[in-house]
Amino acid sequence: MSESIPILEAKNIEVGRGGMLILHVPSLLIQEGEILSLIGPNGAGKTTLLQALSYLLKPFQGEIFFRGKKVEVNHSVFEYRRKLAMVFQEPLLFDATVFNNVASGLKIRGMKKDEIRDRVMEQLERFGISHLNDRSAKTLSGGEAQRTSLARAFALRPEILLLDEPFASLDPPTRDSLIEDLEHILKQTQTTAIFATHDRLDALRLSNRIAVVNDGKVLQVGFPEEVMNHPVNEFVASFVGVETILTGNVIKKDGGTIIASVEGQEVEAVGDAHLGEEVVLCVRPENVVLSVHPSQEKTSARNVLVGRIVKIISLGLYKKIHLQCRFPLVSYVTNHSFEELSLREGKEVRAFFKATAVTVIRKGKS
Amino acid sequence: MDLIFEGIKKAFLLLITFDPEVMGITLLSLQVSGSATLISLFIGISVGTAVALSRFSGRRFIVSLINTGMGLPPVVVGLFVTILLWRNGPLGFFRILYTPTAMIIAQTIIAAPIVMGITLAAIQQLPQKLRLQILALGATGLQMVWILIKEAKLPLLAAVMAGFGGVISEVGASIMVGGNIKGYSRVLTTATVMETSRGNFDIAIALGIILLLLAFFINLILTQIQQRERPR
Repeated sequence: MSESIPILEAKNIEVGRGGMLILHVPSLLIQEGEILSLIGPNGAGKTTLLQALSYLLKPFQGEIFFRGKKVEVNHSVFEYRRKLAMVFQEPLLFDATVFNNVASGLKIRGMKKDEIRDRVMEQLERFGISHLNDRSAKTLSGGEAQRTSLARAFALRPEILLLDEPFASLDPPTRDSLIEDLEHILKQTQTTAIFATHDRLDALRLSNRIAVVNDGKVLQVGFPEEVMNHPVNEFVASFVGVETILTGNVIKKDGGTIIASVEGQEVEAVGDAHLGEEVVLCVRPENVVLSVHPSQEKTSARNVLVGRIVKIISLGLYKKIHLQCRFPLVSYVTNHSFEELSLREGKEVRAFFKATAVTVIRKGKS
Repeated sequence: MDLIFEGIKKAFLLLITFDPEVMGITLLSLQVSGSATLISLFIGISVGTAVALSRFSGRRFIVSLINTGMGLPPVVVGLFVTILLWRNGPLGFFRILYTPTAMIIAQTIIAAPIVMGITLAAIQQLPQKLRLQILALGATGLQMVWILIKEAKLPLLAAVMAGFGGVISEVGASIMVGGNIKGYSRVLTTATVMETSRGNFDIAIALGIILLLLAFFINLILTQIQQRERPR
């Protein structure tokens, strides 16, 4: 990742609709080769931001710099858009064959026929849809259609790929296999991408950096661990920070479980990864059980940690407990247990969580 | 009963002997209505697409005008075109009243709103986001419009059929602005009206059959195109 000139820089972008300011982004930088996730709830402004970055939506203020050069908004703004490609939540395919759909962006650029054929075939192969080549796009399943849409975008060899919740309307198995393929293809092609999603796990899995968006504003931008573990405000905390996010390296694997070393502490999880591979481990706070009795060892949980309570936040029916073990850990306890265990800040407790309660996200690097 | 039977027999004869007068009338009908349909396709598709893609105040009013225009009574069109082209009328200096050109103008006024209305509906029913997707693929404004029109090609073929069907079978305007002059501005419909009123049922039936066959074959061809590319 070059730190010199960012591939895309947005300055003071403001978008309005019906006289209301719906997006205000003072600054956003994207470095070449990185994948930036925009995460936030529905209606947060992720789509608006993507459309503003590609000038599909005219911001009433602000500037965009592509490789340090200001993009002029005039009749030739399509030349800037030709450096990008965008995939929407809906596949938005044309009433034509799969081949012609994947070829459409290239045809728009007036590319030669045999060159188009080579590029299209390459993408069809890559997305595993070569056999659908001359099928009508109207007859495709949801997953096949979205693969076609992605192939159409990749065929353009975009300098920046914009993805607007491309998996949101797919069923879970289809979605999982597509994410896996996309992750692989993004890595293989080293495509710079901006990926809007409301799913934190998808964001963690695909991206290098995360930007949390809400209410038309970018609240925080940073590396996943940074955003997840040190949210800047309550909203970011409630949206992303509800999980403990740990980064570690796999030191043992055995059947369906792995053991990763996180800050020198062994954490066992159900999942698969190579030895030495870097993994991100997510633990939901409701799966972390606290105990104050050292003798009470009757637990099936594989992960037992000793930590100190650093912060207690009341959330109505339950309390959110921040622990410091070798790493920060968050647990939810009911008000009843909270009283029973007489928890307070500074107290030393034992925290348990099962190997099955840990979500493993592979980063693919050793 | 004899009348009909005799009529059909004579009509058949006229048809298989390629009677020069009947053929002349048929050819002129095709020329006039074909040109009118082509011109109205050009006007109708461009205006229809423009209205479908733009937002301006008074747009709804324009849309209702177009929709009303889809059902313009041909005699009213005939009346206004006649007045306009009348010797002392505002466009009288063109001296084209009672010519095939005047008929093409009148038929274009009838067909253009039909094509326009169907185009408008066809383009509007495409998903809003499709436009963004096309632009995101790097299209210029013109390329986007062209791709949208191609996406709407099936309903647009219906527009061609409706437009052509409307003018080939229209009689009121043609007779008013064309004058039904023998060998010059006589078309299938106007000739049918005249021959029927004269009691020449044989010729009238022959003309009627040709009119039906024309309408049928042209729609058959267009339907073939429309249905060819259906999903497998």
